[in-house]
Amino acid sequence: MFGFLGPNGAGKSTSIKMLLGLVKPTGGQATLLGSPAGEVGVRRRVGFLPEHFRFYDWLTPAELLRLHGRLAGMSPARLKDRVPALLDLVGLTPHRDKRVHDFSKGMMQRIGLAQALVHDPEVVFLDEPTSGLDPLGRRLVRDVIRAQRERGATVFLNSHLLSEVEITCDHVAFLKDGEVVGSENLESFAPAEIRVAARVRNLAPEILATLARQGISASLEGEQLSLTAHSSEELPDLLRQLMAAGADVYSFVPARASLEDLFVRIMGEDRGL
Amino acid sequence: MGCWVMAGVTFREASRKKLLWTALLAGIGFLALFGIALHFQMQDLDRRAIAPFLRYQVLSAMLLIALYVVDLLAVVMTILTSVDTIPGEIASGTIHAIATKPMPRWQILIGKWLGFAVMIAGFVALTFGGTVVVAYGMCGVTPAHALRGGLLVFLECLLALTVTMMFGTWFSTLASGVIAIGLHGLAFMGGWLEQMSGFTSSARLIDLGIVTSLIMPSESIWRRAAFDMQTPLAGALPFSPFANVSIPSGTMIGYAAFYLLVALAVALYHFHERDL
Repeated sequence: MFGFLGPNGAGKSTSIKMLLGLVKPTGGQATLLGSPAGEVGVRRRVGFLPEHFRFYDWLTPAELLRLHGRLAGMSPARLKDRVPALLDLVGLTPHRDKRVHDFSKGMMQRIGLAQALVHDPEVVFLDEPTSGLDPLGRRLVRDVIRAQRERGATVFLNSHLLSEVEITCDHVAFLKDGEVVGSENLESFAPAEIRVAARVRNLAPEILATLARQGISASLEGEQLSLTAHSSEELPDLLRQLMAAGADVYSFVPARASLEDLFVRIMGEDRGL
Repeated sequence: MGCWVMAGVTFREASRKKLLWTALLAGIGFLALFGIALHFQMQDLDRRAIAPFLRYQVLSAMLLIALYVVDLLAVVMTILTSVDTIPGEIASGTIHAIATKPMPRWQILIGKWLGFAVMIAGFVALTFGGTVVVAYGMCGVTPAHALRGGLLVFLECLLALTVTMMFGTWFSTLASGVIAIGLHGLAFMGGWLEQMSGFTSSARLIDLGIVTSLIMPSESIWRRAAFDMQTPLAGALPFSPFANVSIPSGTMIGYAAFYLLVALAVALYHFHERDL
């Protein structure tokens, strides 16, 4: 699972288009699965969900998948079982008789995802696959992406949603002005700090000073307590200390904003997403 | 393989979007109108007791005018229906999920071209063939070399289709349509310039007409078809859309076919090379 991150205009979508042969590079070369990028043969092993997925909206979802399957070189016999299974996978079976022009944006995204997977590609390029989806749709996309990993496919995920990338990807690369300026293995990535948002009552103020002496910054506004720990290992002890100090703890939520921090550090504070 | 899938989807799109049925209805409407007009004309000719020879000439001229309308209608239909197929899909991004499938880009363009060619063949067969059948059935008048004439009209439509698609690989839908219709208008004007030369036997007007036919040979194909289909008397008139003033030669038809192939090659090359 590979996450491709960068601010708007960094060249993420253009890079994918070059790898798939939609855009010709002005210089340099790229290979995909050992073959020159964009070659017809290698595209047989690749699936693609474009950022702004549009298709012949006069088709039903099953017709659309059959068309894409045929274009991907699949036989009608193979598609007979494959299409219903895919519709089921992306949750569109109840809508199979609708025309695509009646679909919501989220449903369009789901059918787009299904067409990218119709021929079981070895590499799946997903350009902003969760944009426009509600939380249930995002979860479904995450599950589909995980299923691809389980069957051994590589997913190349281009997304603005760092939280999605952090949950889903093993590796990430950061792109800035058309150049890869950093990469990270998220499995071995140790966050520098963990922020905790807690809601507490009856907290003795002295505990803040005690925590500060341990190197843990803490601030209290009303019932909202913000803490910054060094690692997740410190969290149980931190909670015990709060309770020992007489606090009633209503919530204690660690927020791993580490990838976002890394992103901001690499890209610079002033570059918008 | 990709060619046939794309041809099929192009044909199905026209059918699903009711384009095919609208064209079919328009064709049937045209045939009905022609039949009614022919009926009235025959009644008037009968009332005036016109001599059979003259009666045949009048009805033949009417048939040729109807076929001229068929020709214009078919060319305009061709341009209007096909103008959005390439630039529209590029502008909307629809092409992205298609062009990344494992098939060379030329198959997308050729597939669409084939799909439209089949639809146009159907439209020409219905309107051109229908007009000939209606005329024969109602008054026994047939154009000379009707099949050759029909095939030439189809060739003219294929030329308009290819030129429209070629510009579609460069420009937006609107710009491509304006250029394609503008070029056909230029050819149309060139044809009339040659016909007008019948008044003054102006070699310069004929030369001007030939130059415009070289720029866009669509109208010269029609004029050749009209020459092949008309009666000798109609052709002898000095000023009509079908006058035998400057008849496009077989070489000009060959040039039109060559023009079509070059336009198709240019369209394929540019579509292959451009970014999507």
